[in-house]
Amino acid sequence: MKNKVFETIIHGVFLILGLITVGCVLLITVYLIISGIPAISKIGLFEFLFGTKWASTDAEPSYGILPFILTSIYGTAGAILLGVPVGFLTAVYLAKIAPAKIRTIVSNAVSLLAGIPSVVYGLVGMLVLIPGIRTLFDIPDGASLLAAIIVLAIMILPSIINVSITALEAVPKEYEDASLALGATPVETYFRVSVPAAKSGIAAAVVLGVGRAIGEAMAVMMVAGNVANMPSLFQSVRFLTTAVASEMSYSSGLQRQALFSIALVLFLFIMLINATLNFFLKRNKEE
Amino acid sequence: MKKKIFVLMLAFVLAMAMVVGCSSEEDSNSGNTGAADGTTPSAAASGKVSTDGSTSMEEVIGVLGEAFMQENSGITFTYNPTGSGSGIQAVQDGRCDIGLSSRSLKDEEKESGLKETVLAYDGIAIIVNPENSVADLTIEQIASIFTGKVKNWSEVGGADGEIVVIGREAGSGTRDGFESITKTEGTCNYKQELTSTGDVITTVSSNPNAIGYASLAAVKDNVKAISVGGVAPSEATVKDSSYVIQRPFVLVTKEGTALSGAAQKFFDFATSDQAVALISKAGAVAAK
Repeated sequence: MKNKVFETIIHGVFLILGLITVGCVLLITVYLIISGIPAISKIGLFEFLFGTKWASTDAEPSYGILPFILTSIYGTAGAILLGVPVGFLTAVYLAKIAPAKIRTIVSNAVSLLAGIPSVVYGLVGMLVLIPGIRTLFDIPDGASLLAAIIVLAIMILPSIINVSITALEAVPKEYEDASLALGATPVETYFRVSVPAAKSGIAAAVVLGVGRAIGEAMAVMMVAGNVANMPSLFQSVRFLTTAVASEMSYSSGLQRQALFSIALVLFLFIMLINATLNFFLKRNKEE
Repeated sequence: MKKKIFVLMLAFVLAMAMVVGCSSEEDSNSGNTGAADGTTPSAAASGKVSTDGSTSMEEVIGVLGEAFMQENSGITFTYNPTGSGSGIQAVQDGRCDIGLSSRSLKDEEKESGLKETVLAYDGIAIIVNPENSVADLTIEQIASIFTGKVKNWSEVGGADGEIVVIGREAGSGTRDGFESITKTEGTCNYKQELTSTGDVITTVSSNPNAIGYASLAAVKDNVKAISVGGVAPSEATVKDSSYVIQRPFVLVTKEGTALSGAAQKFFDFATSDQAVALISKAGAVAAK
């Protein structure tokens, strides 16, 4: 009997701890929706989402966040375009081809890359990448979408590599053995058998990379220049995350409410990405 | 089933206990400080002074706070560098004793029951890369550079090179001060909008064609502060208002609400003659 009571108490404690997480998510969601809706209804949903001009502190302010949305999409797409081929091929190499010694060294380096704080990426970008882009392309200023894309591409490498490796290693060895027995070369086997078998895991890695790239604020804020321009590769641009972060500290009134609305839009984007990720992971399990 | 309900109830009770526990602790805390403030309003005062606001005022308020705490060992002084807007909001919400703003209060803010006391004046330096040969600009030239009418350094007497305009984010006290003095509100054409004085200085020091603005107190040797209309920025020229790009440092309080004993003491200290030397040590010019 005593034992049972003890069990019940422990169950209760675990339940509370579990509920803390759920509570935090609910709290943030509800808070974002409550504080994000007023500005949207004041500005007008269409004007807010598709307005091309952001001038929050002008005498006649305008609050259009299309430049931020497009910048976030372009920036993330660019980072994926650069980061996925590198990350994916690294994963194939590490999971299938690399000798044990090299594998240890490279995976340690990848873990190290994952552990570097984003502010350090930003600082290095600011002091090395920006002057580098300026001299390389002979433009007046290097802080641009390109700089942000390069930094983001490096930042998403670890998640892409690690998740892809796990997916590739989960491919049953029999598949590969059968392919090799039929006369395929090892490289043919990796790309025709292992990769297709691991494809939903690799897709999950890409989605995870997208999530990481779209949510990054600190490093991007230091290299992108933060001007609310429509995105173009060599222009200074502002992302959804940096739009919130850069103006929050001094904002007031409708400007502050509009920042919460931007955060709400970002939140919806990330929810969408999470849903996609769950879809891929579920499919992975079912297979 | 019964067991499940029991577990749920237990969880609920425990959660409530946590909430109650936290809040009652808070209550007793604030009760304590309140009593301390109430019973010992002056003399060997103890308690807390919390200030919140402008990041530009960091040096000034840091020096003042340090000296104040040395004199009144019982009082804890805190400064929360959040930005002028947040500081003003914090006073409004009663989250701090004194708000710090590096711009004058807007009319709507004054109407909402806030009071401003000018503590000091701060010059805003126009900074360029040390390699830049331009040493003097008129305020009109500065305005046309920042609005993008003048695009090349050769148009204002420098070497050939496209001008890179570096500014601060919307809402920053420095940006607000600069744009209102040069009458370029909302028309500045920035290449970069950075979120701190330090970032602006770093960026200008690493790009030979950059121009930016920063608090005079924060300018070091890695950038060159140019003179405006022939007047170099310095404490003396800010004080006699011959250097025109300057802004006030303001203490924000609530109209009609008395400060706590400790906060009033700090307020008196900061506006006393004694503080003048300290403020100038921090690179600003006292209003007194």
